[in-house]
Amino acid sequence: MKGKGRSFWKYLVVGLAIAILAKVSFAKEPYKIGAIFAVTGAASFLGEPEKNTAILIMEQINKAGGINGHPLEIIIEDSKSQEADAVLAAKKLLEKDKVLAIVGPSTTGESMALVPIMNNAKTPLISCAAGYGITNPVSERYWIFKTPQHDLSAVQAIYNHMKKKGIKKVGIITISTGFGDAGRKALLDEAPKWGIEIVADERYGPKDSDMTTQLTKIKTSGAQAVINWSVGPGQVVVTKNWHDLKLGIPLYQSHGWGSKKNIELAGKAAEGVIAPLGRLVVWDKLPDNHPQKALLKKYETDYKERFKSEPGTFGGHAYDAIMMVVEALKKVGPDKSKIRDYIEKNIKNWPGTGGIFNMSEHDHCGLDMNAFEMVVVKNGDWEILKD
Amino acid sequence: MFTVLLQFILSGITVGAIYALVGLGFNIIYNATSIINLAQGEFVVMGGLIMWFFSQSLQLPFFTSIILTILLVGLIGLMMERLTINPLKNADLLLMIMITVAVSIVLRGILMFKFGKDPYSYPPFTEGEPIVILGAVIQQQVLWVLGITLTCIGLIFLFFNKTMLGKAMSACAVNPTAAKLVGINVSRMIMLSFILSAILGAIGGIAITPISLMEYDKGPSLAVKGFCAAIMGGLGNGMGAVVGGFIIGILESLTAGYIHSGFKDAVALVILLGILFFKPAGLFGSKATLSVRKF
Amino acid sequence: MRKHVNYIVLLVLIIIFPFLIKDNYTLTIGIFAGINSLVAMGLSLLMGYAGQVSLGQAGFYGIGAYVSAILALKFGVPVVLSAIVAALVSAFAAVLLAIPALKLKGHYLAVATLGFGEIIYIILNELGPGGPSGFGDIPQVSFMGYKMTGQISYFYLIWGIVFILIIFSYNIINSRIGRAMRAIHDTETGSSAMGVDVSALKIKIFILSAVYASIAGSFYAHYITFISPTTFSLFHSVLILTMVVIGGASNLFGAVVGAIIITVLPEALRKFEELDVLVYGLILTFSLLFIRKGIVPTLLQRLKKKGMANA
Repeated sequence: MKGKGRSFWKYLVVGLAIAILAKVSFAKEPYKIGAIFAVTGAASFLGEPEKNTAILIMEQINKAGGINGHPLEIIIEDSKSQEADAVLAAKKLLEKDKVLAIVGPSTTGESMALVPIMNNAKTPLISCAAGYGITNPVSERYWIFKTPQHDLSAVQAIYNHMKKKGIKKVGIITISTGFGDAGRKALLDEAPKWGIEIVADERYGPKDSDMTTQLTKIKTSGAQAVINWSVGPGQVVVTKNWHDLKLGIPLYQSHGWGSKKNIELAGKAAEGVIAPLGRLVVWDKLPDNHPQKALLKKYETDYKERFKSEPGTFGGHAYDAIMMVVEALKKVGPDKSKIRDYIEKNIKNWPGTGGIFNMSEHDHCGLDMNAFEMVVVKNGDWEILKD
Repeated sequence: MFTVLLQFILSGITVGAIYALVGLGFNIIYNATSIINLAQGEFVVMGGLIMWFFSQSLQLPFFTSIILTILLVGLIGLMMERLTINPLKNADLLLMIMITVAVSIVLRGILMFKFGKDPYSYPPFTEGEPIVILGAVIQQQVLWVLGITLTCIGLIFLFFNKTMLGKAMSACAVNPTAAKLVGINVSRMIMLSFILSAILGAIGGIAITPISLMEYDKGPSLAVKGFCAAIMGGLGNGMGAVVGGFIIGILESLTAGYIHSGFKDAVALVILLGILFFKPAGLFGSKATLSVRKF
Repeated sequence: MRKHVNYIVLLVLIIIFPFLIKDNYTLTIGIFAGINSLVAMGLSLLMGYAGQVSLGQAGFYGIGAYVSAILALKFGVPVVLSAIVAALVSAFAAVLLAIPALKLKGHYLAVATLGFGEIIYIILNELGPGGPSGFGDIPQVSFMGYKMTGQISYFYLIWGIVFILIIFSYNIINSRIGRAMRAIHDTETGSSAMGVDVSALKIKIFILSAVYASIAGSFYAHYITFISPTTFSLFHSVLILTMVVIGGASNLFGAVVGAIIITVLPEALRKFEELDVLVYGLILTFSLLFIRKGIVPTLLQRLKKKGMANA
């Protein structure tokens, strides 16, 4: 306990020293951006890499002299994965810190709760959550953008692959949280358009220990493939159970599968699992002339060096969101309305970690299903599927 | 069709064994103090995570890791009792239960700090393919959990019924003043009950992590399920907690299999409430004991 | 007479707070503190005056939020009316639960209410509009066509409700029912021997606590305009219980003080970032260890002693 206390004071002293140094070395006023991430609570798997990414970018930019000589200050608040806390955090950032824009929150529910607040405050929000409703209808989301691909795009990528493989009957199993629910709705809505029939629709809780019952039910329903939509330990448990039961049908995972940690935890059970993943996890397997490659490589290596862990797809969402704001600040300066306009009009053919963005007044997300690669686990590593 | 039913039941036994093992931990402290220790789930989580730390991170041998984990978690149980429960002597029972909630928050904070938010796991005790019974499968590790649970019940039964120490301990909860009068060191008994409970939690965590993985905030959900198992069987009754655990596990699995997986927890809870309304002291608890004890 | 002084002090504090605090953020914290106070007051009545523990208050809080929001959004029911209907639904649910549950004692009662809360949570998660993702665009509070948008009006509304219900609750406590209630807390057998219908009384108090939570939930839904099931989980029930115990279960003002402290604390701890959970837990542990009766009763005791010494 004592050691922890001491290290806290050490951090405080170092922090103050940095703050004083920063004041000295930067003559100009800092540019303040707010960030609201689910650092703790049910969605901390999202908030953790997002928070780290924000710290990483802030350090790198300020080391390189800031934005046009202005230091970048990202004030990070924890939403505890709760809407009410996200609302409080947003009000604090807007009223106390007077930020120019807010990045986050991490989940769809929290982002939706902030929509009226941001519209009132006339401040841009670049959400790191995937829900379609965050940026649609665009006419009522004037100040709202988001960087993750729509859940729909991940679903389309999976169905597209299934269509090629001649899979027509599918059983789905989803986690009973906002993440799983959004995926489930997209899976159900989109299936008819691809000639796919959902023959089983199963669910499980975020802390469940065993899903063999649900998988057995899917097997008896005559499904030709099973899709699991979740993040966290659930996706590993499903993978292990799928392996144990020897279901004999392929297992597809959502884009939440993109962490090496999952392969480690599931071991040989993970072999053959297919998932649509952002290119961040497979950047080393991309051709050299791919427009995202250099950026992905730099981000992943820097992150690993700084935090000794992987950023994953989710950290990338924060990277894209912050970099959009940073670029806008560089070009138009500290003006909320100009920042908004810049992001809407000038983020075109813009390579980010999540894909190549094309924002417009009709689209505040700017990505489609081409943002994903279909990736299979082979010999404990990712492999991009060619067909 | 029979294979499917059998598979549902085996799946129910898998989760039921986990609930049972967690539920057992509640009983020891309850038997000595009438307190429900809501940090019990954190003991289980610490068992899994500290075991991972010793066996995977430090690469210590399997048995050494188990012993070190048990000692460490037992020590934490001791510290918890000495620092928070002991100073509250004679305080309101509810206050003591609330303080276990506060301790669980502190423990979660420490675990998050040390282990981060990722899930952890390590290989099962015995490697190999799952066991096939008439076409249905069950993981080998589940058999370990079952075996450990039964061994623990046996030991607990012997302890509380055949040893002086155990009898003295259960006397403390029923009537602390009388226990003191006959020369029992109540304070030491309570301390011992926390150590034993922590150890039981740690054993549970060590055994279930290869099945369910473990992360810093799994404690509350494990505790709630274990608590329900203990209540269903009748608080203080070791065998009751185990039977309660299996009933809840199998009910959940059958609901998921034959009704809908979205409602599996709800159906299990409705039946738990139903049982309580007809048998207010749980399946194996007696009304007589209930009226003697305030909680 | 002392009681009237308390009311006036509280009223003055409520009225001047928005004038002292100009920024929206602090005002919002004040609004949340009001919402939590309401739920905590209900639980405090149940615990402090009827000697019953509930771990299911979040369930009633959720019913209040969901029923009112659905009525207003999908059926165009005026917001105040929708909250009243929601309160009736909560009261009905409370009766259904209370009749069998209040026969239970101690931990068994706690688990029964916990189970109820979890069942409500699962129902909201599976059957509520939007499922686990929740739903938005919930209409804001409006009176006769006038739509409430300003933060100050929300602040006055919630604290106005808290104020009225405190007076209402104290009237109950000091009535014949109230004296009987305290008798339940002391000894149940004794009070039934005195001719008090203990179980009917317990059910009445239980309904009251459910209605308080329900009103708070409705207010929350129409204030935030977006709700999802996670807000109404077991964690919230435990949080409310913490408020009551910290503030002091034997005094209604204790619930309000506890609610304010537990609402403000996480905001005050924001600067600790990752460590905030740890600091929060430690503060909670120490305050339980050292202020055993709860903050308000302890303060009152001190004041009384001081008063005697001065006299």
